[in-house]
Amino acid sequence: MIELINFYIVPGLVLGSIYGLGAIGLTLTFGILRFANFSHGETMTLGAYFAWSLVSILGWHPLAVMPLAMVLTVVVILGIDRGFYKPFRSSPTIMLVIASFGMMLMIRSVIQFFWGVQVKTILPGIQLPIEIFGLIRISPKHMVIVGSAIVLMSAVYYLLKYTKIGKAMRAMSDSPELARLTGINTEHVIMATWIVGGSLAAAAGVLLALDSHVQTLMGFKLLLPIFAATILGGVGRPHGAVIGGLVIGLAEELSTYPWIGETPLLNPGYKAGVAFAIMVALLIWRPSGLLRGRTT
Amino acid sequence: MDQTYGLFLYAISLLTMGGIYSILALGLNVQWGFTGLFNAGIAGFYAIGAYVSAILTTAPSVRHLGGYEVPYVVAFIAAMAVAGVIAWGVGKICLRLRSDYLAIATIGIAEIFRLILKNETWATNGPRGVSMVPKPFETLPEPYNQLLFLAMILLTVAVIYWGLERARKAPWGRLMTAIRENEISARAAGKNVERYRLQAFVFGSMLMALGGAYTAHYLKFIGPNATDPLTATFLVWVMLIVGGSANNKGAILGAMLMWTIWSATEILTSRLPDDLAIRTAYIRIFLIGLVLQIVLQKFPQGLLPEKRQ
Repeated sequence: MIELINFYIVPGLVLGSIYGLGAIGLTLTFGILRFANFSHGETMTLGAYFAWSLVSILGWHPLAVMPLAMVLTVVVILGIDRGFYKPFRSSPTIMLVIASFGMMLMIRSVIQFFWGVQVKTILPGIQLPIEIFGLIRISPKHMVIVGSAIVLMSAVYYLLKYTKIGKAMRAMSDSPELARLTGINTEHVIMATWIVGGSLAAAAGVLLALDSHVQTLMGFKLLLPIFAATILGGVGRPHGAVIGGLVIGLAEELSTYPWIGETPLLNPGYKAGVAFAIMVALLIWRPSGLLRGRTT
Repeated sequence: MDQTYGLFLYAISLLTMGGIYSILALGLNVQWGFTGLFNAGIAGFYAIGAYVSAILTTAPSVRHLGGYEVPYVVAFIAAMAVAGVIAWGVGKICLRLRSDYLAIATIGIAEIFRLILKNETWATNGPRGVSMVPKPFETLPEPYNQLLFLAMILLTVAVIYWGLERARKAPWGRLMTAIRENEISARAAGKNVERYRLQAFVFGSMLMALGGAYTAHYLKFIGPNATDPLTATFLVWVMLIVGGSANNKGAILGAMLMWTIWSATEILTSRLPDDLAIRTAYIRIFLIGLVLQIVLQKFPQGLLPEKRQ
């Protein structure tokens, strides 16, 4: 039982909160700009690499450079929006999907060009886990990851719930035509969406780097789980994305627990397939997500 | 003399791979160009075709499933059939939803398939892949073996082109355009939109599988990382968009042109010092991406625009 908590549930929650952070940005762009942004995974990778460089230049803790990495990533993302997504504002959204698909490979190739493909570590050294009640063992970095995720998610919750721009974002996600009619400046809302989504993606990248390493495919590997989390939580619903992220993270880890007999229920090599299986099941039975997001 | 002969062989290989990419681009043209379906998992269907055909024809080996040694034609048909069944399943689930979901699901299928290829070592030899795949005409002396293989590819391209042109001009093709341009009025005219979309998706995926099967035999090897899956998918997209989607000549032209550029720049960058060569390889992907973005924004019709009746 303790083994289940320490080696499956805790890592599942850690992974899940990283997925949740990534999925918030994805669900916001999906809801407000109305397209599946394939370059979102690469945005996370970019954030992690910015943080890695800042750590090696300044010598600070990764958490201390995280805000700076978020700002740098947002600047890049806003530039990409201006140059590559804005021209398609009035085109069919599938054009944006193609553009973001191309952008995914462009961002990745730039990262590979500047930083190389070797795996990097952002926080050297091994940390001993802390024991709670003498039973549950949690490593400090895992606490840092979950703690940071909670802080960031609360900030987004406040932003969307109580600020003017947050309300405008929700309005546009619900009905763009109605939002425009009530005088909401759509370009401002789109900008705010990229700022929120981009900075959360960068943060997710940094936290993922803390958990494991910095590598060029790290973001792409998260793309399917966060798409699954987005669909699970209902497209356009940030709190759904968080729940979806946690569910996917836990499901991935728990799928490899030896529930029956001695061997893992699922070959760990297929862990990445769990998110996909959940997503396919949802697309068949409940495409609007568990929390009833939008379907069209 | 030796140099001209080398150039001659290089031209053959350029045309052979260009031809294989033409098949892939034509397959995507059926899906995206004619019907407006976004397939982000071309590499997945390509890999299905490549593995099915490779395993069915390769001599027995302890490292992977095999030893069936069926004739090539049967293997090609089986490759297309397996891909067709998988595409049917994916299409059945996703085609009734909005277009983005098909994009997500297809990239997912491609990733899952890569996981299976890597993990099921008893069948696929895992990351090391299936080698010693037989190549049609390989017993003949050079350059005739290469020429005959090229002839087989070009003949396939010609047959597919001819068939697609017939289909495009037939009521089926016009209906596809109608669905792509205005789904609601196609529905109002009493057409079963899902069924036609599914047909286009399955047929396009089968062509991609055939392209994959040809590649496995041409390179005599297939592994999960034989080509970077995403780059392969992406390259086919760039070929179709640059050549001109919904135009079959455009798909072939785009494939030949982009493959020549892709392969020629590889020769250029491989002559650079090691460290620089690795880095400039990434610049190539970046530049191809930039080409896609520019064409998408400024010349969405591509080199050869769609022909309207």
